Amino acid sequence: MLLYALRRLIYLVPVAFGVSLLVFALVHLAPGDAISAIVPPDAPQEVVDKIKTYYGFDKPLPVQYFRWLAVTLSGDFGTSIGTGRPVAEEVGTAFVNTLILAVGATFLSFFLAIILGTAAAYAKSRTIDRCVTSIALAGVSVPHFWLAIVLVIFFSVELGWLPPMGLGPDNATGWHLDRAHLAHMVLPTIALSVIPLGVMTRTVRSTIKEILNMEFVTALQAKGMNDRQILIHVLKNAAPTCLAVMGLQAGNLIGGSILIETVFAWPGTGFLLNSAIFRRDLPILQGTTLVLAFFFMMLNLIVDVIQTTVDPRIKRT
Amino acid sequence: MFQRLRVAVASLGLLAMSAVPALSQGTLRIGMTAADIPLTTGQPDQGFEGYRFAGYTIYDALVNWDLSKADTIADIRPGLATEWKPVDGDPKRWIFKLREGVKFQDGTDFDADAVIWNLDKILNDKSPQFDTKQMAQVRARIPTLVGYKKIDKYTVELTTRIVNALFPYDMSYVFYSSPANWEAQGRDWSKVALHPIGTGPFKVDRVVPRERLELSRFDGYWDKARVPKLDKVILFPMPEAATRTAALLAGQIDWIEVPAPDAIPRLKQGGMTIVTNKYPHNWAYQPSMVDGSPWTDIRVRKAANLAIDRAGLAKLLGGMMVEAKGHVYPGHPWFGHPTFDIKYDPEQAKKLLKEAGYGPNKKPKIKIAISTSGSGQMLPLPMNEYVQENLNAVGFDCQFEVMEWNALVTFSFHPVTGEAAQKAGVNAINISRALVDPYSGFTRLMHSNYVPPVGANWGILKDPKLDAMIEKVHTSFDKAEQTKAMQDVHSYVVDQAYWVWIAHDLNPRAMNPKVKGFVQAQSWFQDLTPVYMQ
Repeated sequence: MLLYALRRLIYLVPVAFGVSLLVFALVHLAPGDAISAIVPPDAPQEVVDKIKTYYGFDKPLPVQYFRWLAVTLSGDFGTSIGTGRPVAEEVGTAFVNTLILAVGATFLSFFLAIILGTAAAYAKSRTIDRCVTSIALAGVSVPHFWLAIVLVIFFSVELGWLPPMGLGPDNATGWHLDRAHLAHMVLPTIALSVIPLGVMTRTVRSTIKEILNMEFVTALQAKGMNDRQILIHVLKNAAPTCLAVMGLQAGNLIGGSILIETVFAWPGTGFLLNSAIFRRDLPILQGTTLVLAFFFMMLNLIVDVIQTTVDPRIKRT
Repeated sequence: MFQRLRVAVASLGLLAMSAVPALSQGTLRIGMTAADIPLTTGQPDQGFEGYRFAGYTIYDALVNWDLSKADTIADIRPGLATEWKPVDGDPKRWIFKLREGVKFQDGTDFDADAVIWNLDKILNDKSPQFDTKQMAQVRARIPTLVGYKKIDKYTVELTTRIVNALFPYDMSYVFYSSPANWEAQGRDWSKVALHPIGTGPFKVDRVVPRERLELSRFDGYWDKARVPKLDKVILFPMPEAATRTAALLAGQIDWIEVPAPDAIPRLKQGGMTIVTNKYPHNWAYQPSMVDGSPWTDIRVRKAANLAIDRAGLAKLLGGMMVEAKGHVYPGHPWFGHPTFDIKYDPEQAKKLLKEAGYGPNKKPKIKIAISTSGSGQMLPLPMNEYVQENLNAVGFDCQFEVMEWNALVTFSFHPVTGEAAQKAGVNAINISRALVDPYSGFTRLMHSNYVPPVGANWGILKDPKLDAMIEKVHTSFDKAEQTKAMQDVHSYVVDQAYWVWIAHDLNPRAMNPKVKGFVQAQSWFQDLTPVYMQ
């Protein structure tokens, strides 16, 4: 197992290198440049040139890339052009905030998906199945930023039950596990969990339905096992597929929450990326994307390892 | 007995009522459009929103803006300098007398040394305190400042490259940070950004990147009439208009910048106050004036100006715009007396195009570079589509080159003859402009010496008569004479229809009715010191 994990870790190195190259190329291929975002539109050319030299943007792209790579490999992601703060610090704080939301949304969606998917698969009544399928379909179809705005209008503006934006109350800094901060989490977590809930519910439902038709289930019934005991066997068999999908969804939640974080002014990586895109803050863009990509890869590795642990039939090749 | 008690209780009540406003007038929470806290070290980024909330709050300039009136355009007034004047016989040298007794929020003195230190901070790259980021923000706003020296503890001499009567306006953009604080923060501007010290009416309590900027009243502020009434101001970056609206309606914040026009009825329904006022903002098309461009024909320019149904556009924006009648709006001191009446007259527009030799088989081809969003751009896509329909209706062949805001800004760094504009076939550009002072409003946009990269005369407008008129503004030291010269410039450019003027924004902001005392000045900047919470 350890060797398998190590081998997978080594595979990550060329992938990470490729990702870093891709990130750098994409950021530089986009129209506009970093300088225009930090100087007024009518700044004299001498000012623009001075800033270009200061940030090294006057160098050829390959030189810029290797300089950035060298700095990044040393663990220092450089300094934000927009704020002057260290990128590692900026990305680190934002990443933790995003992780808080993503973990909440992953658990919420996974928990509900197992219940709904299993209920639909087991349901003798077509109504329950149709209801669950409709929920799943709505989950994958409804734009989550639209849902976010609707949730805010309903629960914050009309009912006044939950705060519409921010990480916590006025006088707080950072996130703490208390009632006030949890209240701030509720709406973004729900909005963020809708897509994975839809995807997961469909996966759980179809996987369990498929397993229920397998011969071993009939064998278990013939042996006289009750429904609860059979369910445990079914869920164990469904776990690898569901875990794989959950891993991908969790990864998406980490990287794909720009809109939700912007709507809720949640200072995570999505919010950071949004601000960095408008400012053309290349170090932040590169640093954040790289960290997210790396996390996505690590998450997949972890899911693979868990999958093989849960289901020894999966060969460790 | 009881009567005396009643009198005593009533007196105490009155005393308490009169004491409340002076002692505690609450916390004001503002939702900004910026996605992050503006730079707090001295020269803010994030455009004029940065100047509004992290500039004139924490800092002062030598020359401040008078933001106390809503009915007239904001103009400059003494700030950290009490007076300024050019040296007799050598108008390139300016003497600024500094205000005595001003303290930074850390208790250190503001004096000529602090001025020189701060000018080195942005202009002298050999000085240890030189900060590229701050230099980038302000260098373009002080294009003529080339020298500075201390005369005595409270006098400095500043030198300009050319004779520039408008120089005091330029100095309203330079803020003064505490040199002692820079030392205390280990000579590190990124640390100063978290613990900035200025001389302004608000001091910084806390900076939480991307979350909030907390300011509180600076009781030792030098201008006792402008000591803030509020205890605290908390600024939240909230780039999404829907979020700002919801947060205001939910009571999480008290004031939002730039509500979406379609949200205004809902905000009013929710009991919020919508505050608007004219301010020197201009949403127009800046045309190419190089050979071969259809815009070189005054009849085409006039036709475009007459083709646009501005009243319809105002309706589209929920009334949140002033219909343009020129580069500045009517009532502005520089408006003057143009003879060309900019209005909606499609028949006249068609006639002018016909006179210019155009018709259904030969339409003037115009292609305008526009953005999808951006600072001051209002609602660029629906607005441009509306104008496009108007222009095409009178016989133009109007197309757009749509780009992201930052890309459009980069695009404007090169004139119309630049590679990008030529490749795209663009012959006009739509970038909203801040016409805060004569230089930013006219010189950099229309004088032939200010073609990019020197200035923002993107279309390469070259008119010696206009150049001479603008230069007259720069050499008019008498205020009335300067205003008259500006009126002449404005009247002339409108009569020549040098741009296609469409709208002036109304700078809407929405606030909880508990917010009192705010006067929305005709300016990009606003004063938070008279505001209090009821």
